[in-house]
Amino acid sequence: MLMTEIIKRIEARPVCGDACSLNTNEFEFAFASDLMSDVLRLMRDNTMLITGLCNVQTVRTAEMAEIKLIIIARGKKADAQMIKLAEESGICLLETDYSVYRVSGELYSYGIKPLY
Amino acid sequence: MEYVFEINGGDFSSGGNASSTIKRALKERNVDPLVIKRIVVALFEAEINVVAHADHGTITVIIEEHQVQMFVKDFGPGIEDIELAMSEGYSTASDTVREMGFGAGMGLPNIKKNADVFEIESVKGLGTNAHIIIYLKND
Ligand SMILES: Nc1ncnc2c1ncn2[C@@H]1O[C@H](COP(=O)(O)OP(=O)(O)OP(=O)(O)O)[C@@H](O)[C@H]1O
Ligand SMILES: [Mg+2]
Repeated sequence: MLMTEIIKRIEARPVCGDACSLNTNEFEFAFASDLMSDVLRLMRDNTMLITGLCNVQTVRTAEMAEIKLIIIARGKKADAQMIKLAEESGICLLETDYSVYRVSGELYSYGIKPLY
Repeated sequence: MEYVFEINGGDFSSGGNASSTIKRALKERNVDPLVIKRIVVALFEAEINVVAHADHGTITVIIEEHQVQMFVKDFGPGIEDIELAMSEGYSTASDTVREMGFGAGMGLPNIKKNADVFEIESVKGLGTNAHIIIYLKND
């Protein structure tokens, strides 16, 4: 699934420039968690993270786990440090008012696959 | 090449800087991305443990031709029962630490899973020493 389509399906707002506008990035898998050590166990690339955790460690964890797309649910707002870190690591941050459950449901129904 | 980082307990704003620096250094050396990921996940878990559980500490990373050695030494409460701490799901993380997204009790098991060598020793009330080695090549 392309970034543009993901943004449309979950009514998301891209909050950092370059990485979010990459139209060629295809996403196939998603993982939803607020527990960063669970995220650090993922071994498959091209996985997006759907989370309610909104702080600088969310972005740090994605950097270490090679996650290139973070969807922050429930209307939470990324702060300046998060956006700066994401841009440095080529990570796209999306904010949406949808809950983690709804984001997961929408994307699942459009073919984004689970990992387990 | 040797890198030394000072880590402050409770500083979740800078926590991860050391692992991030090492990640960039390994990328520049064209290390296999899968090996980089194992190294940085193990190092990041160890770094976050110092931030989350200890008072302060030092991380020394030595990048050699065939392996990366990581020494993570901290001063803090130490770990009374290492075997228990190593078991999946065991955590004494505070509410503050949990709010930052940690406290699943998976950090030490993640280090073990990714490391080729993982040794940890601790003195209760004094601190913890971890030594992690990950090989760069399989031959
Ligand atoms: N450097 C340390 N100093 C003191 N105690 C530690 C240290 N590292 C780990 N521990 C103890 O071992 C427990 C298990 O550590 P582990 O990293 O597996 O889980 P966690 O840090 O609690 O949560 P997670 O890593 O999943 O976010 C900790 O909750 C803590 O009690
Ligand atoms: Mg931990």
